[in-house]
Amino acid sequence: MPTTLSTISWRKLILTLLMFAVSILFLLPFVWMLVTSFKVEKDVFVYPIQWIPKEWNAITNYKEVWDGDYPFWKYYLNSIKVGVTTTVISAMVSALAAYGFSKIHFKGSNYLFLIVLATYMVPSQAILIPQFILYRQIGLFDSHLGLILLGSFSVLGTFMLRQFFMGVHQEFIESAKMDGANHFRIFWTIGLPLVKPAVATYAILRFIWTWNDYQNPLIFIRSDKLFTIPLAMQKFTSLSGEFYSLIMAAAVSAILPLLIVFIIGQKSVIEGIALGGVKG
Amino acid sequence: METPTQTAVKGGLMKKRRKAWSLSTGENLAGWLFVSPMLIGVCVLVLIPIIATIVLSFADWNFVQGWDGINWVGIGNFKKLLHDDQFIRSVRNNFLFLFTVPIYMLISMVLAVIIDRHVYLKSYFKVAYFMPYISSIVAVAVVWQVLFQPSYGPINEVLKALGFSHPPMWIADPNYALISIMMIVVWTSIGFNMIIYIAGLQAIPKDLYEAADIDGADGWTKFRRITFPLLSPTSFFLLVTGVISTFKVFDIIAVMTQGGPIGSTSLMVWYLYDTAFVNLKVGYASSIAAVLFLFVLLITFGQWLAQKRWVNY
Repeated sequence: MPTTLSTISWRKLILTLLMFAVSILFLLPFVWMLVTSFKVEKDVFVYPIQWIPKEWNAITNYKEVWDGDYPFWKYYLNSIKVGVTTTVISAMVSALAAYGFSKIHFKGSNYLFLIVLATYMVPSQAILIPQFILYRQIGLFDSHLGLILLGSFSVLGTFMLRQFFMGVHQEFIESAKMDGANHFRIFWTIGLPLVKPAVATYAILRFIWTWNDYQNPLIFIRSDKLFTIPLAMQKFTSLSGEFYSLIMAAAVSAILPLLIVFIIGQKSVIEGIALGGVKG
Repeated sequence: METPTQTAVKGGLMKKRRKAWSLSTGENLAGWLFVSPMLIGVCVLVLIPIIATIVLSFADWNFVQGWDGINWVGIGNFKKLLHDDQFIRSVRNNFLFLFTVPIYMLISMVLAVIIDRHVYLKSYFKVAYFMPYISSIVAVAVVWQVLFQPSYGPINEVLKALGFSHPPMWIADPNYALISIMMIVVWTSIGFNMIIYIAGLQAIPKDLYEAADIDGADGWTKFRRITFPLLSPTSFFLLVTGVISTFKVFDIIAVMTQGGPIGSTSLMVWYLYDTAFVNLKVGYASSIAAVLFLFVLLITFGQWLAQKRWVNY
């Protein structure tokens, strides 16, 4: 259409091309990683860089990563187990607390909320030592359960979902109460369905954070068989030494599930981050 | 004449008033039940540990000594910290690291302004710039480690081809290691900051720009007079969270440099980890943790004071 080809859209087109060039900077390391994971080892550092492998070795590389001497599928199962459980528990605990802090008017709720919010300021590393001592004492050290519990009590989740519950009209709650429903029924049948999109956003974020978490497994997990992907990735790297094509295949494998989760939930992830950020 | 329902409602109300006391007890009980899982978790895993950290920071204690080995030394640990070169170096590195924050904020703001209004394929750009943020930091660090490889890594190959005969050794060189890490942190942080800036931009009323157009303002004036000041709450938020996050940088150091070469990339949290979990000096490490907590507390408090003064709402 001739009208859309005004000077403005030319400017827009040029800026789009420019931004595209800049975005290459952000994607290039990932592209290099992906391409390298398909190569035979001797081609990895050939210069000029072969952006399309001359000799394809993809199947051998990925087979070695997934089913070789240090099989990734085991650690995948660990990561999925820890990730899914942490996400479910954390979403539940946060939603309950968020409902309690926004829809039930009970004595001291404001003070309690302030205390919970204040703990958000505590950097996770400032409490590692007592947590470690506690875990050694009560036998949660070197267990998935311990890891799951560490990720399950998120102040951020409570805060984020509370914002959404405050948007639910109090009349819904009151009229349900008139009908004789108690808070658990109201929460389950009215509250939760109304904030479902927010819970989904939080769940995706929590899954990504748990999957990528390196610090907690590093400190609270010791047995190799309990490793999650980030620790397995590091161990694989040190075991593989100079086999960079294999290391890159492992890196692609570590990032891929998150990429899928992110692309599926892209809109809600970005909105959730923007919302949590601007309001939080 | 009253209808039966009206009577019922009236009766109900009266009953309700009589039941008011028990009702509020019910509300209290329900409230506590709803928030208790969160509350117990936060108490056991955050509140008690932070108090324990502060208490332990006054002790000289090693993990392997057992409970009987605790030796209370008052502020001895903190005195020692003041003369600990490695600690001072880590704090200095932490302050150098602060430079990443304005750099990635500026880049993110420019990118956000362009992407929000002046390009096609907006969602492509959001995803592309966001990729580093969602990727596992271990995988990202491993990839950069190889890219930065001094003798045959791709980055130095390109630099050599461009005519630099002696490109830097990057993370292998004490003079460049911290800057290399800072560059990667800038690279990973831009996506998050940009997304927040885009959200901030969308909250600016469009009619302000229309009014400026009528007055004949050019793009730069509009940016200086409308966009920049109205983004100040967003910038402020990003500045504070950014500054706090530099005090928490750990993963990338642990994977890429382990604080080396010769302590050049040791940050406070790395030194804390090294002292507590490698050298097992629990009391001394707790005093580092207390200092870390103090820094974060001061920044948060400073934010609270500054917010009303500087931010245009």
